[in-house]
Amino acid sequence: MARSVLERARTAPPRYWLVGLVVIFFLGFPTVISSFLASEWTQALVLAIAIMGLNILVGYSGQLSLGHGALMALGAYTSAIIVHDYQVDYLVTIPIAGLLTGGIGFLFGIPALRLSALYLALATFALAVVTPSLIKRPAGLTGGVQGILVPQPDPPALASSAYSAVTGTAMTSEQWIYYITLFCALVLFWLAWNLVRHRPGRAMRAIRDGEVAAAASGINIAGYKTLAFAISAFYAGVAGSLFGLTIGFVSPDTFPVALSIQLLVGAVIGGLASIPGPLLGAIFAYFLPIESSQWVPSQTWLPDQITSTVKNAGPAVSYGVVLILLMIFAPTGLVGLLTRGYAALNRRLRGAGDRETGHLPPDPQTV
Amino acid sequence: MQELFQLLVSGIATGGIFASLALALVLIYNAMGLVNFAQGEMAMFATFIAYALIQRGMSYWIAFPVTLVLAFAGGILVQRVVIRPVERAPILTLVIITLGLATLVNGLAGFLFGYVPRSFPSPFSAQTVDLLGVFISYRDLGVIAVSGVVLLVLYLLLQRTTVGLTLRAAAFHPEASRLLGVQVSWMLALGWGLASAVGAVSGIMVAPILLLEPNMMQTIIIYAFAAAVLGGIESPLGAVVGGLIVGVTINLAGAYIPHVGGDLQLAVGLAIIILALLLKPNGLFGRAAVRRV
Repeated sequence: MARSVLERARTAPPRYWLVGLVVIFFLGFPTVISSFLASEWTQALVLAIAIMGLNILVGYSGQLSLGHGALMALGAYTSAIIVHDYQVDYLVTIPIAGLLTGGIGFLFGIPALRLSALYLALATFALAVVTPSLIKRPAGLTGGVQGILVPQPDPPALASSAYSAVTGTAMTSEQWIYYITLFCALVLFWLAWNLVRHRPGRAMRAIRDGEVAAAASGINIAGYKTLAFAISAFYAGVAGSLFGLTIGFVSPDTFPVALSIQLLVGAVIGGLASIPGPLLGAIFAYFLPIESSQWVPSQTWLPDQITSTVKNAGPAVSYGVVLILLMIFAPTGLVGLLTRGYAALNRRLRGAGDRETGHLPPDPQTV
Repeated sequence: MQELFQLLVSGIATGGIFASLALALVLIYNAMGLVNFAQGEMAMFATFIAYALIQRGMSYWIAFPVTLVLAFAGGILVQRVVIRPVERAPILTLVIITLGLATLVNGLAGFLFGYVPRSFPSPFSAQTVDLLGVFISYRDLGVIAVSGVVLLVLYLLLQRTTVGLTLRAAAFHPEASRLLGVQVSWMLALGWGLASAVGAVSGIMVAPILLLEPNMMQTIIIYAFAAAVLGGIESPLGAVVGGLIVGVTINLAGAYIPHVGGDLQLAVGLAIIILALLLKPNGLFGRAAVRRV
């Protein structure tokens, strides 16, 4: 038995090793960084979950949504309201928020079937713009402009003692939320990976690449398109719920249009229709504006007025430039660039690749 | 009753503003089958240019056409630099590019002009005139007049000149136009320039009402979407009629439907978009979409 595990590990393709390394990195990371940084990385992971949802919808099923921030708001408010009004444990509300948002997404997917990609983009964009003012209105339920405070849970005794046994310090609630988020992200990424490799994923890609041909092959177009919407909304709902937990409150201004744009930017930077894409994209989309607005004020030779405007305008400008340049020069995103780089490296190492078609000679190990 | 008429007139005035922006959207849609999400931000940027010109001491009625010319040039520049490399890309790519453009222009405006709201001068006085018992502000009348003139000029340009004919031909049948010697790509650029100029009119008209700041057009573009969708996104006439309907509707809804008020007017815009898409996806004046299998 042990031998077969070893054997399997030895012969596993390199990407499994990569996945293992990434998981170990994310498990160990909060033990070496501050609690505040852990909270920032939690938000990046939350974005990764939402972007994975968007990626399933946009990348795999080819339907454009610019309103995923609104779905995140729905998930966040569902959790916050349940916790606030019924004193339920927050963890219980995460799947509830996901399922409710998924259900709404399914309902939204039905009229969306009739719309072309362009109209769908337009309607969801309008939804994202209107969301903050829609949230403010039922003030009794949503707390109006102030929003709702979300109490941060203390880590349970078991997790806390396990953590202090490893690191020697007590676990903060930020670190506990990090691990909750990491757990959700791992499960959801694993689900997404399985989804896209099997029948539904193939069906979605077939619909994306040619709806008429897909229908002719007997694929249930309406079914898979609404399914993609529902799954995508489920991811957004879970992400929204975790988002509220991470930042400790939900308010209308937590979910501006900019959030929906940030999700789209992340999906595009990482690479649409790929599984590692959303993770890479989320890290970039989250840290790019933070770093770009922190770097400039630290430059003391710049006058104050310039630094303050750059601080405000920096994220928008850098997002815009990155989006346009990526779409023109690398529409497959970071993952596409990395894959191309890896293939080029392989070709260089193995030599005799066919330069015309780019076909590699067979891997000696598999022959 | 008197109140209703006053609301109607101010609704038509705001409707004229929406119609200009919706018309800009329609121009680009007709040229390349794309909704330009950056149209509102481009209009906002042009309005900032007009503001800067007026601040430098230029008179309003000189700054206005100068801004339109600059906006026209800016539209062509944007098309040449940003859109041309991806002219044949799938619609998803194009939409994402225009969104990136919107974010970029918004950030640039914030960078160059700051986020402090500024009051924008209006050439029309805020006084009202008594028209058959209905009090109408000169400002509303002025907005209606300017929008009307711009729409008329655009109509004449597209329908009565050779350039307009070429432009429409290039949009309608690019291959055949190319065979007849039309430079289709430059015609697209011309379309972007025109759209940018028409959009700038809406920005300059709305700025005295809303205060000028980088996010000024974020709500207006939603109403323009509603107008374009309602009218049929490929029909210029539809954009104008749609704009007027949307303007009047949100004005009346804000006043008469309980609980709507000022902040939920935007939700009325969203409702118009969704209802129009569900009930009449081709809009009031659009042709039924024919798909080739």
